[in-house]
Amino acid sequence: MRKRRSSFQLAFAVTLLAVILLSSLLAPWLAPYDPTAIDTTVKLQGPSAAHWLGVDALGRDMLSRVLYGGRGSILVALAATVLSMFFGMVIGVLGGYFGGWLDWVLTVFSNIFQGLPGTCLMIAIAGILGPGVPNLILALVLTSWAGFSRIVRTETMRLREEAYVEGLRSLGAGPLRILTRHVVPNLLPNIVVLFTTRVGRCVLSIASLSYLGLGLRPPMPDWSVMISDARLHYRSAPHLIIVPGMCIVLLLLGINLLGDALRDRLDVRNEEVREL
Amino acid sequence: MGRYLIHKLASLVPVLLGISLAAFVLGVLSLGDPAELALSQGGYEPTQEQIQAMAHQMGLDAPYPVQYLRWVGRALTGDLGDSYSSRMPVAQELGRRLPVTLKLAVCAMALACAGGLLLGCTAAAFRGRWPDRLIQAVLNLQLSIPAFWLALLLILLFAETLGWLPTSGNGGLRYMILPASVLSSATMATAARLTRSSLLAELGRQYCTAASARGIGRWRLVLRNALPNAIVPVVALLGNSLGGMLGGSVIVESIFALPGIGSYALEAINNRDYPALQGYVLLTGAVYVAITLLVDILSMLLDPKVRLGGRKI
Repeated sequence: MRKRRSSFQLAFAVTLLAVILLSSLLAPWLAPYDPTAIDTTVKLQGPSAAHWLGVDALGRDMLSRVLYGGRGSILVALAATVLSMFFGMVIGVLGGYFGGWLDWVLTVFSNIFQGLPGTCLMIAIAGILGPGVPNLILALVLTSWAGFSRIVRTETMRLREEAYVEGLRSLGAGPLRILTRHVVPNLLPNIVVLFTTRVGRCVLSIASLSYLGLGLRPPMPDWSVMISDARLHYRSAPHLIIVPGMCIVLLLLGINLLGDALRDRLDVRNEEVREL
Repeated sequence: MGRYLIHKLASLVPVLLGISLAAFVLGVLSLGDPAELALSQGGYEPTQEQIQAMAHQMGLDAPYPVQYLRWVGRALTGDLGDSYSSRMPVAQELGRRLPVTLKLAVCAMALACAGGLLLGCTAAAFRGRWPDRLIQAVLNLQLSIPAFWLALLLILLFAETLGWLPTSGNGGLRYMILPASVLSSATMATAARLTRSSLLAELGRQYCTAASARGIGRWRLVLRNALPNAIVPVVALLGNSLGGMLGGSVIVESIFALPGIGSYALEAINNRDYPALQGYVLLTGAVYVAITLLVDILSMLLDPKVRLGGRKI
């Protein structure tokens, strides 16, 4: 019962994400208009035959903007999550495997980052450094690597005590070989699930920061920036916020459902991975 | 139990130090010369001599570690410096605005607790049947909706179209309904999911099977037998999200025009008012740490395993 539902959920999530990713990828060929082309003769019009999803306050075609609008946040979310995963894994594996003072230092370090209020800090960092992709990635990585390192550390500590690692060690395998060939592959189920949920969280953070004007900036259209731009007009033209908002929700829904389905599939039991 | 508390308190020291360092480094990293920024608010162009005099007066010619220690020392006595834009003490302004944010957070937390437990218990009681499916679908949707979009939609529906609630501003409880709903949405969903899974884990245990074999009704079993055991992780989750709500309040306060510390932080960013932003980071960090500690103590009192000296790995 549970298996069948989770495979349905998996198929649904994968389809949803595939549609979103493909349409973002193929935006240059799919978009009927230039997403930045201004046409003041038609501004704020609702859906019509010429503009399927209507036009915004500057007469730009909403369909074209929506097709382009996910590219930035998807790419930045993936980049930031890959980076935080990398740092989190290196720090977690080192601390968990070698133990001792190294572990103590790294744990204190990651506890500090875990103890900081993530969203506040992210807004402050992005606010001080100013908007733009590199600063955005920096703010995201700084506030999310510690989540990876904690889980990787506890899992590595568990693996280190396993008999087969003991055996490898007595066969003369060095730490580097054990870590890269045997420990890290065993972390994969946890990492895959954590990666998925963290990408979702990053998309949400990027959307919030971009809405506040601290993340992605024009001229390239972005779903949250489109919503932010529509703040003055949405009362008379609700499609300006409904269309891009639906896109964000569908993307996040796809990622979240994928994360849940993978969690059931890969049978991830780590409490911290489960709860998120 | 005493040892556990001391251990907890000791582990807070590096976190507090980290927060103060983060807040200080943010000021150092800021673009532009603080002395010039402090003088040039409002279009005034200071001369080079004035900037140098100001830098000396602000202690900016000292090395960073010395500046940090002075800054921490002043912060400990409640002096967070003066805002560049209003020239008023930052601590005073934060103190004036904190109650608004706390009111918002408390309302949101009340909603999240009530909604989370209600939805979670209902879903667990109807496991696998349509109420459970429906609730899970709603929760998935709640977790996928960005707060700012939800806020705009709710304003559009309840304030603009139906006219039931005020669009924005600060006032009685009526003004809190929409902002608190938005702020609580994601937390409510997470809490409901955790309540459900935690309840299902308890319901699978022998004492619940035995109770159910004695013919105890489903709701009674869920509420009386399983819930007291299942609630411990939920309390921890809810408590820890209270700190997260302080961050989420930036967006909610800015959309609903609430004069809390979140909108203060946003104004500070827009005005490049770094002392104000530093004060905000320090205050939210301290509140966050205090809440985490309280939650730890609370879960310790709720959970006999922790209370009697069992250690988490």
